[in-house]
Amino acid sequence: MTRRARIGVFLAAGAALGALLLWAYAGLPGFGHYRGPYGFVLNRIATPERHVTNVVNATTYDIRGFDTLGEEYILFAAVVGVVLLLRGRSGHRDAGDRVHSDLVRAGGTIMVGGVALVGLWLVAFGFVTPGGGFQGGVVVAAGLLLLYLAVGYRAWSAAGDERHLDPLEAIGAGGYVVVGLVALAIGLPFLKNMLGGGDSGTIWSGGSASFVNWAAAIEVAAANLVLYSEFLKQYIVPIARRRG
Amino acid sequence: MSFLPYAIAAWICLVGLYGIVTSRNLIHLAVCLTVTQSSTYLLLLSIGYVRGGGPPIFAGVALGTTAVDPVVQALTLTDIVVSVTVIALILALALDVHHTSGTIDPDEMGELSG
Repeated sequence: MTRRARIGVFLAAGAALGALLLWAYAGLPGFGHYRGPYGFVLNRIATPERHVTNVVNATTYDIRGFDTLGEEYILFAAVVGVVLLLRGRSGHRDAGDRVHSDLVRAGGTIMVGGVALVGLWLVAFGFVTPGGGFQGGVVVAAGLLLLYLAVGYRAWSAAGDERHLDPLEAIGAGGYVVVGLVALAIGLPFLKNMLGGGDSGTIWSGGSASFVNWAAAIEVAAANLVLYSEFLKQYIVPIARRRG
Repeated sequence: MSFLPYAIAAWICLVGLYGIVTSRNLIHLAVCLTVTQSSTYLLLLSIGYVRGGGPPIFAGVALGTTAVDPVVQALTLTDIVVSVTVIALILALALDVHHTSGTIDPDEMGELSG
């Protein structure tokens, strides 16, 4: 098919799809006129029943915990796919692209700890204030990536070493299921929140869903680090070749 | 005006699809796919918005205060994280295509074989 013909077909199909989308959206309640009921019910019961104040996190890891399990495994499968495609293609361990500014090196290294700490804080207080396993995990991984940006590839490759990232990712993905199975083993439904709610508004809230929260954080942080590691290796090879 | 966010969601979806259809570069194509996908974030968050509602977080806020729907926020959150890793997978496939056929222009890759 020529390019012109393809665009012509798309314009016809796109117009039809756009009309259908607008027709479907016109049937929704108007913007700002949410009718519920689930959102209102959750906002009303999550704090008294589960002792958590961040209802989004309670929805993700407790009330819809089973759906999030599926989503976590989409993430896991995508990362395994990336590893299958990219790993083992390159043997370079060091590209010699060090950062030479002492200020950038020192400032960046201090930031690694600071950003990782913010990430851990987001995970730990996920059931209290905005945050949670997914967000915190991404921030922790980004903090460690600063090692590459501020110091160089050699410093990064210690943090991005697949020999400890692969087991961590498996622990995160598997830990989620284990929390669900423990509930099953003691005669409760899969992933049922155990241990009581804890103290609302403190780090000790969320019950067993807080273990699910941490499992997701480990999984997301390790998955992101694996991705950075594999793509950086692809990027490093041409640099290393250019420099001989 | 209460329809505007939905109309924008439909527009973002179609603009992304247009980019995918006309793309001359697999990396550009992957970015267009994220544009299409981000229309779902806007749609979900728009559906759950309550006029005058605050965030569904009740730390220091009285229970019963009007707040937006937490379910669509949780869906959007996982949607974003999953989309990032799926895009990473697509970029890895683009690298693989470049490795085997020497180009990332979908029009120049020729017939699929094997």
